[in-house]
Amino acid sequence: MAVLDRAARSLLLSEIVSGLALTLRYFFKPKVTLNYPFEKGPISSRFRGEHALRRYPNGEERCIACKLCEAVCPALAITIEAEPRADGSRRTTRYDIDMTKCIYCGLCQEACPVDAIVEGPNFEFATETREELMYNKEKLLANGDRWEAEIAANLAAEAPYR
Amino acid sequence: MSEFLIGYGLPAATIVAQVLLIVVPLLVAVAFLTYAERKVIAAIQLRKGPNVVGPFGLLQPFADGLKLLIKETVIPSGANRVVFLAAPILTFLLSLVAWAVIPFDYGLVLADINVGILYLFAISSLGVYGIIMAGWSSNSKYAFLGALRSAAQMVSYEVSIGFVIITVLLCVGSLNLTDIVMAQKNVWFFIPLFPMFVIFFVSALAETNRSPFDLPEGESELVAGYFVEYSSMSFALFFLGEYSAMILMSAMTSILFLGGWLPPFDIAPFNWIPGPIWFAFKIALCLFVFLWVRATLPRYRYDQLMRLGWKVFLPFSLLWVVVTAGVLMATGWIPRA
Repeated sequence: MAVLDRAARSLLLSEIVSGLALTLRYFFKPKVTLNYPFEKGPISSRFRGEHALRRYPNGEERCIACKLCEAVCPALAITIEAEPRADGSRRTTRYDIDMTKCIYCGLCQEACPVDAIVEGPNFEFATETREELMYNKEKLLANGDRWEAEIAANLAAEAPYR
Repeated sequence: MSEFLIGYGLPAATIVAQVLLIVVPLLVAVAFLTYAERKVIAAIQLRKGPNVVGPFGLLQPFADGLKLLIKETVIPSGANRVVFLAAPILTFLLSLVAWAVIPFDYGLVLADINVGILYLFAISSLGVYGIIMAGWSSNSKYAFLGALRSAAQMVSYEVSIGFVIITVLLCVGSLNLTDIVMAQKNVWFFIPLFPMFVIFFVSALAETNRSPFDLPEGESELVAGYFVEYSSMSFALFFLGEYSAMILMSAMTSILFLGGWLPPFDIAPFNWIPGPIWFAFKIALCLFVFLWVRATLPRYRYDQLMRLGWKVFLPFSLLWVVVTAGVLMATGWIPRA
């Protein structure tokens, strides 16, 4: 009887037919595709994207050139040079991040005592040349100005856990 | 001069026009078949498929064609240039010439020859030459292995296709494709000959090197099989050839088993729709099954493929030829010309 059963199953292609029935059911199911450039998925407030240097509300840059981020960076992507400014406060004269070296570990923002260097929510910064990925202080500050609203909201959301 | 023009020029011009009337819609159908394939497989995998170029991505095949057209044709230095370039042209041509005998409606056929089905069978067997030539002339291991597999596979499955065709011919009593369709006026052959219908369809999958029998291209072991070394338009010709062969096999399935251009019931709402539209609809249905099977089944192993062809399909179809002939003789239903 078992032989007959097996023979009938393979002759009637029962496995192939049930497989086809399954894929046909999936054919009519709603699709899960996200139309990426036009619609985007949600991003965590802990998302580590493109770097930015932030400012205080009065426009003064936060970074005090303590170089903790440079020291902690495992990929040696950060280069900082600093001098006292005319008013006596210590500021960076150079703050470069080589984005081709960066591994987006987030240690720089963890190390920063004044929340100056942060990794923002932006991940769409692909460039056509390698040179464009050598970020300098000017570019990082511009990023900070551009993404300040989102960054501040994310920092506020994460504040209870830090 | 004018006599010559009327005697030879006019018929030649009509034939060219008729050929274009078949080939141009066929190539458009091939273009949209590639689009349909991506859409169907995407839908089964819960994706959306191409939807950016044009409305619903409908212009995607033309964008792909343009891309292939403007790419560089690379000819490997070890290749036999003449054969290397002749292979895709041959494959493409063979997939087109078969359409000469396909009837789209009663009397709507380019060449209404009395051995239509033999002609189709011969042309689809010749298709293997393009593949062998491509595999050999590329002078590459992968291409060569792919071509060998393809040759062995197509030869194996042609045998059972041949027997399936014989059972249909026994029921019709004619090799003419129009007669074959007209013989299905009362009942389409897929009902009395259902097992043969399944065998024919599965063999058609193998014959066109489609999944789950796409071993000649088997990208996981042979990169791309017989056309690894091809690029640009020479690749596109293989691609067009493969897809128009798919459409051809679907047309053959419709003619042999699904009643060609005939409506399912010869009553009011069904016979309002003209024959060519019924025919196109049946072809589209078969093509959907081609794509559906591709999205469902994994690739066969080579020994399984050979076992299925020689040890399952061949004896089974041979048995059915005998049974069909016996039933026709015993009941006296055998058609007499």
